[in-house]
Amino acid sequence: MSGQPFRLTSGGLIDRGRTLDFSFDGKSYQGHAGDTLASALLANGVRLVGRSFKYHRPRGVLSAGPEEPNALVELRTGARREPNTRATVVELFDGLEAASQNRWPSLAFDLLSLNGLVSPALVAGFYYKTFMWPAAFWEKLYEPLIRRAAGLGRAAGAEDPDHYEKAFAFCDVLVIGGGPAGLAAALAAGRSGARVILCDEDFRLGGRLLAEKREIDGKPASEWLAATLAELASLPDVRIMPRTTIFGLYDHGIYGAVERVSDHLPEPAPHQPRQRGWRIYAKRAILAAGALERPIVFSGNDAPGVMLAGAARTYVNRYGALPGRETVLFTAGDDGWATARDIASAGGQVAAIVDSRPEADAGRKALADKLGARLFAGGAVEGTSGGRQLDGVTIREASGATASVACDLLAVSNGWNPTLHLTSHQNDKPVWDDGLHCFVPGSLPAGLSVAGSAAGRFTLAQALEDGARLGREAAADAGLTPAGAGPVPATDPETNGLQPVWRVKGAKGKAFVDYQNDVTDKDVELAAREGFRPVEHLKRYTTLGMATDQGKTSNLAGLAVVAEQTGRTIPQTGTTTFRPPYTPVAIGALAGHHRGKDFRLTRLAPTHDWSREQGAVFVESGQWLRAQYYPKPGENDWLTTVNREVLAVRSGVGICDVSTLGKIDIQGTDAAEFLERVYINGWKALPVGKARYGLMLREDGFVMDDGTTSRLGESHFLMTTTTANAGKVMQHLEFCHQVLWPELDVRLVSVSEQWAQASIAGPKARETLRGVVDSAHDISNEAFPYLAVREITVGGGIPARLFRISFSGELAYELAVPADYGDAMMRALMRAGAPFGITPYGTEALGVMRVEKGHVAGNELSGQTTARDLGLGKVMSSKKDYIGRLMAGRPALIEKDRPSFVGFKPVDPAQRLRAGAHFIGIGKATVMENDEGYMTSVAYSPHLKHWMGLGLIKGGAARIGERVRAYDPVRNGDIVVEICSPVFVDPEGARLHG
Amino acid sequence: MRITCPHCGARDAQEFTYLGAADPQRPDGMAATEAAMVDYVYLRDNPAGPHRELWYHGAGCHAWLVVTRDTRTHAIASVEPAKARKAGAAA
Repeated sequence: MSGQPFRLTSGGLIDRGRTLDFSFDGKSYQGHAGDTLASALLANGVRLVGRSFKYHRPRGVLSAGPEEPNALVELRTGARREPNTRATVVELFDGLEAASQNRWPSLAFDLLSLNGLVSPALVAGFYYKTFMWPAAFWEKLYEPLIRRAAGLGRAAGAEDPDHYEKAFAFCDVLVIGGGPAGLAAALAAGRSGARVILCDEDFRLGGRLLAEKREIDGKPASEWLAATLAELASLPDVRIMPRTTIFGLYDHGIYGAVERVSDHLPEPAPHQPRQRGWRIYAKRAILAAGALERPIVFSGNDAPGVMLAGAARTYVNRYGALPGRETVLFTAGDDGWATARDIASAGGQVAAIVDSRPEADAGRKALADKLGARLFAGGAVEGTSGGRQLDGVTIREASGATASVACDLLAVSNGWNPTLHLTSHQNDKPVWDDGLHCFVPGSLPAGLSVAGSAAGRFTLAQALEDGARLGREAAADAGLTPAGAGPVPATDPETNGLQPVWRVKGAKGKAFVDYQNDVTDKDVELAAREGFRPVEHLKRYTTLGMATDQGKTSNLAGLAVVAEQTGRTIPQTGTTTFRPPYTPVAIGALAGHHRGKDFRLTRLAPTHDWSREQGAVFVESGQWLRAQYYPKPGENDWLTTVNREVLAVRSGVGICDVSTLGKIDIQGTDAAEFLERVYINGWKALPVGKARYGLMLREDGFVMDDGTTSRLGESHFLMTTTTANAGKVMQHLEFCHQVLWPELDVRLVSVSEQWAQASIAGPKARETLRGVVDSAHDISNEAFPYLAVREITVGGGIPARLFRISFSGELAYELAVPADYGDAMMRALMRAGAPFGITPYGTEALGVMRVEKGHVAGNELSGQTTARDLGLGKVMSSKKDYIGRLMAGRPALIEKDRPSFVGFKPVDPAQRLRAGAHFIGIGKATVMENDEGYMTSVAYSPHLKHWMGLGLIKGGAARIGERVRAYDPVRNGDIVVEICSPVFVDPEGARLHG
Repeated sequence: MRITCPHCGARDAQEFTYLGAADPQRPDGMAATEAAMVDYVYLRDNPAGPHRELWYHGAGCHAWLVVTRDTRTHAIASVEPAKARKAGAAA
């Protein structure tokens, strides 16, 4: 114990039998199980724990909870290093490593504390006033400089090695806070049979009961606490979640929570997440989050050793650590006196009690006498001394005289603010309570009630009473029969008289309103003088309340200073709206497993394994992985492989997976009518057993998607969509059916995943197919011509669909089988095609062949092109209405000058084309006004042995034969190209029909 | 938010996709003026208060729903299938 000079020999909720080693700034210390990092540092006499944001002033521990603005440390090392963690809520573990922030070269000797000497330049709005111009200096000079000087902690700079989870929970009653009010509420709701979830951010349940010496029913409160926890544990539908912060209240009873599953361990256990982000759906909720104590603004109120009185009491009573040997109490109310009493009873000295109220009653006088403390009724602390460690305070007595008192702890008590943050997450505003001198919840979000201190009902008796009553009410609202109301437990007497002191004027030094962002009372006054009086302006101009603590200890003091300055009351001055999250939440906890490649799902075609065996290189296409090309040994670049694949298709036969195309089954007596209305072309005349190319527009007249649709029966169609748009088209068709034309007799279902589909292309395609199609089916050119579709069987009775359609321009088929047969289909086709040298080809070769044939694809269907732009104007029916028809006829969309679809070839065949190059007239300046369009797709044709391109250019087909520049400044490209037909290979289509 | 789908029950809003106002009726493209179609495609009110709007239950039953939601509070007064609404209006 000698290593912990400020540790009490007994008392508190720490386990002195379990000693934990930890280090701070490289120095080793010991603490105990049950400590926080802050309590362990205090027990070791470490008072200086950080430097402030702007002035690099020495700072110590102010609080004992989540509101801490000063004791921010970097926790852990390496990839797990985490900046800005609050030492007051970090649960101590063996081997913990922490480091102070914002100091250079060391915490005790910090060169940048000189900022304090130039502080007149760093007042409110200094960013706006100082770094005005030139604008270029921002990036190069000002920002790096400011970031180095005024940063907070450092991020790890390496990938987080831990994983995070998302989880969901449902309950009748959610209780937020495990103090006396929350426990009483959970008990009342639980006894009524409600499914209850009780969350508390602390690792130990009990709230302020853990920090106070109180009695319930004539016994120490710890006995009531133990009995209550035992009963809650015995109720099967009550779930207790410690280390879990409810950080946000969202619409319809949804609460966001983060559970710190492994933050109290050196690293997570195997298969355990570091944190878990919860979404809790609650029929009713009870906010029992307690209250946060308020500091007082006076000169030097940030010296290490100045601490909130309630926090000082917490360190003594809960952690068995004396935060100082010689205490001065500066209090504006009754509550602070409990700190003096508890410190004295733990063996600390109380040198003086400064009660700002003019009269001290006989009882308090007697207590001061008993403690041996000088009593300054009607006095105020107006200054501190000691720099890195408080060594005394200056007190202005009621008479106006000043007195100096030596001390190493100044406990400050100025009343409490209800922790009502969640009540304003849905825009409800807190209201000022004159009697309580604080904001209390105003109107409440649906389903939420507020108990105890969070409602401004600060006494223990009120907390227990509220909890029991609201717990029963919530259970009843959730549809249960509330258990009978038992007597509310009796508590020992307490008073909470208060006359808050917002600031002590007069002294010269800095008096801080917002500790974390280094905002002083002078900054707030200056902002008010400069006209930034509305509280939202004040906040942004001074940065008051905008640090990671979101002003938990500063917002009210800031309002009070402005109110004083402008001669208004606090409620006239305003309040700030609290938004989620209540305390910082790691992005990881919100993302869960959805990071990296797991950000979204990956879909694999039913032929994926086969493709992988064939050595495929895969490419992402929407959510799908598709085979891009199939390199063979010795092929060292992708173009060599793709050229081989293309030539193999054009001279023999190739197969390619096309399973990823969207497939939508459309049935009903109005199916043809439905297609008439969604496609620009006609469908009623399409015979059964035939396929047709279809193009659909959005209602604004631009092209949405294309594909082939086959008529399988009189009232049965199968639509295909592009891979990328499958979901979007399905949603669009559902909209058309359900919203626009519910009277049509039609049903739609996506069958994309039910069918595996392969393209078999090349002069030997039919002979290959013959080897897998059952002999009963005639697939000769006569019996099964171009665009024929038939339901057949393959491999001895396996149901299949055969489509004679072609994207490559070759004799080609698409064969579809139920998805589970996809793998077998590919293997069977490979065997059947072996005599013809069958070659698997991927999306690259597919792309080359479609450019050779001038087919439009994703690059052309960009959402900015019309059917006319793509040379498909003649497909648009004039006889019927369809989605987008009227809007496609708007003047700007039919302008002659719109860039339209043609082909391009380099004048020098050795030159490479680049997609994205813009067309500029030869001899014209490369400026926007001369832009004539751009290259949408390019490919190298092994057939023609030069590059070819597709693109959109003003004038389009009318300019075939003309030459223009393809200007590509991004890649220093500037070459001359000739405008040509977009069909580069077999323009007559002879191959298709062979 | 949660939306109570008539087919699937109360579901998280993440399962749904928002489209916009439910009441604009698509004009007959063969008969309507361009101005009427422009109005239908682009122009929407932005009410502060009850709003009838279309949501698509894409991660559920694929129903298009007419949700009446107060834009100030997100309180949802009713949810009905778009299909039923149209059929009801026609009858």
